[in-house]
Amino acid sequence: MPSSLSSLRITRVGATALVVAGALAISACGKKAPAQLPPDPGPATSTETGQTGSYGPVAGSQADFVAKMMGADTIYFALDDSAVDAEDQTALAKQAQWLQQYPNKRATIEGHCDERGTREYNIALGERRANAAKNYLASLGIDPSRITTVSYGKERPIALGSDEASWAQNRRAVTVTID
Amino acid sequence: MKITRVLALGLMLTVSGTAFAQGAPAPVVTPPAPQDGGLEVTVSDDSAWNDLGIAITSFATDQDVPTRTNAGTTAQLGRALAQVVAGDLKNNGLFKPSGPDGLPQPAYGQIQAPDYVTWASRSADMLVQGFVRAGGDGNLTIGCYLYDVQLKQQLVKGGWQVPPSDWRRAAHKCADMVYSRLSGESPFFDSKIAYIAETGPKNHRMKRLAIMDSDGANHRFLTSGQSMALTPRYSPDYSKILYLSYLNGQPSIYSYDLATDRQTLIARTGAPTLAPRWSPDGKWVLYSMAKGGTTDIYRISSAGGGTPQRLTNGPGINIGGSYSPNGSQIVFESDRSGSQQIYVMNSDGSNQRRISFFGGRAATPEWSPRGDQIAFTHIAGNLRVAVMNPNGGGMRHLTDSWQDEAPTWSPNGRIVQFFRTTKSTGVASIWQVDLTGRNERKLPTPVGASDPAWGPIRP
Repeated sequence: MPSSLSSLRITRVGATALVVAGALAISACGKKAPAQLPPDPGPATSTETGQTGSYGPVAGSQADFVAKMMGADTIYFALDDSAVDAEDQTALAKQAQWLQQYPNKRATIEGHCDERGTREYNIALGERRANAAKNYLASLGIDPSRITTVSYGKERPIALGSDEASWAQNRRAVTVTID
Repeated sequence: MKITRVLALGLMLTVSGTAFAQGAPAPVVTPPAPQDGGLEVTVSDDSAWNDLGIAITSFATDQDVPTRTNAGTTAQLGRALAQVVAGDLKNNGLFKPSGPDGLPQPAYGQIQAPDYVTWASRSADMLVQGFVRAGGDGNLTIGCYLYDVQLKQQLVKGGWQVPPSDWRRAAHKCADMVYSRLSGESPFFDSKIAYIAETGPKNHRMKRLAIMDSDGANHRFLTSGQSMALTPRYSPDYSKILYLSYLNGQPSIYSYDLATDRQTLIARTGAPTLAPRWSPDGKWVLYSMAKGGTTDIYRISSAGGGTPQRLTNGPGINIGGSYSPNGSQIVFESDRSGSQQIYVMNSDGSNQRRISFFGGRAATPEWSPRGDQIAFTHIAGNLRVAVMNPNGGGMRHLTDSWQDEAPTWSPNGRIVQFFRTTKSTGVASIWQVDLTGRNERKLPTPVGASDPAWGPIRP
């Protein structure tokens, strides 16, 4: 269980920042990731980005993680599925590399679904997706106690359309490191 | 808390005999035993509801005095009461009510002696009349009478004493009495609904726990929206609401106590809990817990304490659970076959068997309070609300829209509410439909609305 409210809030803000970076990187990483960009999520609501002037993100910060991952902080799933495929494995290997570099960092994996399922089942399915990502990281040697999971089901879409491309973007697991 | 205000509804018979001796209507509550020659109307699943013309007149008062209601004086309240009764009967497609607007207003003395000739000339089949009196203590006495115009006969009557804040309940009781007498079905208007109020854009939507009466009145938000709230369920006695909240970061089930406005975690599991459900007697709570990629259904005592009993044991996602009315069986959802399907088990978890075999996916099963049907979400392209027999046969769609899900039954098992999501905008609203599928309507809610949970007839 996440420890405190404050860490929670940071996690959520981190996810918002991640949304932008993730979306920008999507065209580069291809796969099921659709071309369509999600709308601007609005002005940032937090300063927890780890930025230090013009020198780029602080090494080992969530901002650093996002910058280094170039979209690989998010993996995508097929319809009603939680299997980690080859492309997901590449992304998770990149995440594992970063986590090994910063062994004191913890992370939360957020599981999400598209809107075309029932609400309760999607929360369970999002959990299964986040857990699949966690298990794969563990298989790469990341201590599972460093990783928590949380499912938002279909409640937090990143792409807002009601079409296949949007749904493909929303079936995802996003890794957010905890600053 | 308002529970204390629930007076002895329907118990004013002894009082009324003396209190209204001076020519006033003396409502005496009797069991609605059909008199010989009484109207016989049978309403079955497959037949259309009746087109019976019912005239509903403004309730008369002996003295037009101020009340402590939001409706105004007793005369204004009399009109408001009739409007609530007419709204109940009309909005459910059962009858063709008219009034109180545009109808003659009976005098106080006529409440027990209707002018049958006038009503017959207006082609009314049935006539509802009533009265409202303000008591010295601020409480209200409300009487309701149903007459058969053709037979020139009183069919049923009822009387209730209520505090001013509960005046609408008396109107719902009146509508329930009329509905039950004419349809032969159990009442359902005097009931409440818990749901999730939704505001804001699709990607930043606030989801709050809220409650309202069965007709959408007396709306109230229970949570601030800081933490996302989902999937509420009223306890059978209306004292608590179980719901899912992200208050601790993880989705977890809380029990919200309506008397104290406090909430507690139902189980400290260290893992996310979701899909809360009550047993019909309120003694048990079902919840689902996700762990290690699988989800299973557990049962705990609603009184707290005790060890949770695991009812399913994978594989995959086993979730939800709705008790049969006698509490002996549970219908639930599982994807153990590869996709969401509906299963039934005994209440101790034994004898699990799949019942849905009609193609597509099937989710969110809810057992009718009558026991004869299971409502669920059928996913085959679009999401639609459907019903089937408890053995899985007789599947019928009740709705046909882009995304309808999560049905909940009216207390009498005749109406199903669900929520409908609009394509693209994702705006959600609560709708209801009767078992014919023909009478569908949207409920009036102040903001977007989802996850309706209909409670039983109020005690």
